[in-house]
Amino acid sequence: MLLLRGRRDRRRTKLALHPQKTADEENRLDPNDTPALQLAGVACTFVDKSDPSQRYTAVREVNLTVRAGEFVSVVGPTGCGKSTLLNVAAGLLAPSTGTVEAFGQPLVGINTRAGYMFQAESLMPWRTARQNVMAGLEFRGAADARARADEWLKRVGLGGFGDRYPHQLSGGMRKRVSLAQTLVLDPDIILMDEPFSALDVQTRQLMENEVLDLWAAKKKAVLFITHDLDEAIAMSDRVVCLSAGPGSHPIGEFAIDLPRPRDVAEVRATPRFVELHQAIWSVLRDEVLKGYQQQLAA
Amino acid sequence: MWKFIRPTHGNLRVWQVGLLVAIFVLWHVLTKPGLIPPFVFENEQQAAFFFGEPLKVFGRIWAWFVSNADIYQHLWVTLLETVLAFGIGTVLGLGCGLWLALSPMAAAITDPYIKALNSMPRVILAPIFAVWFGLGIASKVALGVTLVFFIVFFNVYQGVKEVSPVVLANARMLGASGRQLLRHVYLPSATSWVFSSLHTSVGLAFVGAVVGEYLGSSRGVGYLILQAEGSFDINTVMAGILVLTVFALALDAVVGRLETRLMKWQPKTSETEKL
Repeated sequence: MLLLRGRRDRRRTKLALHPQKTADEENRLDPNDTPALQLAGVACTFVDKSDPSQRYTAVREVNLTVRAGEFVSVVGPTGCGKSTLLNVAAGLLAPSTGTVEAFGQPLVGINTRAGYMFQAESLMPWRTARQNVMAGLEFRGAADARARADEWLKRVGLGGFGDRYPHQLSGGMRKRVSLAQTLVLDPDIILMDEPFSALDVQTRQLMENEVLDLWAAKKKAVLFITHDLDEAIAMSDRVVCLSAGPGSHPIGEFAIDLPRPRDVAEVRATPRFVELHQAIWSVLRDEVLKGYQQQLAA
Repeated sequence: MWKFIRPTHGNLRVWQVGLLVAIFVLWHVLTKPGLIPPFVFENEQQAAFFFGEPLKVFGRIWAWFVSNADIYQHLWVTLLETVLAFGIGTVLGLGCGLWLALSPMAAAITDPYIKALNSMPRVILAPIFAVWFGLGIASKVALGVTLVFFIVFFNVYQGVKEVSPVVLANARMLGASGRQLLRHVYLPSATSWVFSSLHTSVGLAFVGAVVGEYLGSSRGVGYLILQAEGSFDINTVMAGILVLTVFALALDAVVGRLETRLMKWQPKTSETEKL
């Protein structure tokens, strides 16, 4: 069984990468930095196990770079392979073609420098909130796991809920526990798959602001997947648009030059936000319609 | 009047005990020679001969446990066989279930054999085990193990197959090694399935022990029942059955206690309190 195989040795190859710089990026980041995450020429084709002639190419020709400390959002129509892309970045899914590098090293197996916040319920139901937050530290054999878990539970506003089991928490609280569970390990890359899509609008804006605050404090690389363009613009440094599937690929990239720190609720009213929204939506609209038509036809 | 004795959650136990008493009273009335005129059998002794009399049954149990105190060695043997069969069968089932669920190739190869072994009427193995392991407790334990093993095995297998892929992926992203995945994800996820099977397996472990004793032994409650049947002593047979039933219930309760303690993470249907 693949899952139970021991961790393989990682090849250590240092690549000096000089990403193409735009005027906008230059003044924010050191261009000599190796990118936190780089996907080059990635394609993912799924084959039906029982019928090998049934093939589905979710994504193709994806080139995507996330620099250290950069917050990148990927938006696209429903079913366009956004989650596939994130699974590739996490190392949970090997791409059919193309390469994935984390901090200049080719990815083999799980991306150990990344933390992943899933769209679906991912907490272990047999562990309390505290034990869930501790899990990663425990797996790594950290001695002060309990203290650090408690500290993070407090930070996400769940200080008094450490002994509750996931089913005793509300959906929003469970998402906070997930957030703490991911961030307590202090990953250099944070992957988020529509983490707040199941939440109501108020809780969602609170969580978005919390994530922005936490991100601002630590400045980690974030790859954020969402179908909500407002959320993408309000939170990111850069928004990447994907085309409709099958075989979706990036069709546009927009630098978001809104000043930080931002409040996700207030920033939506600024003229620059509206301008950016219109620009991105004009690219995205046709793809969304295309995706919708395909779903209707299927 | 009815308002006070109407069945509610409060007097549930009273009703349960009442039902038991009613059954024994009915049994007594129908079998006691000379109490009512016979309406099924030709003479008044026959009902007692075929069904026993509850008072004599209780007298027998009293003699076993108190006045003669001679059942303890038999009971001890039967319980030991049951617990051993239950323990060994559960551990083997757990181990094999985990192993086959995690290595699909081994599962594919052994699949027809496991199905064959499971559909085989395994009680028929008892005489073979008696030849292999002798008339002591080993042959009874072996029979009980074959009964318990498959129940636990299939449940663990199913339990591991149904582990949420998201929880699994999350644990891997958090850095769990293969061994840690087994310990922290597969096992806890399979336990809920295992516990639902343990209630059935306790009963089957008992069946294995008693059937084994019944087919050939020199000690055990099954042996007592066999002896009594040989002399048409229906009261002792009934007493043996009652004693076995009570102890099976007790073992089931132990498993239930263990379950509520270990499975407290599972959502209960309703947790609100009416004020």
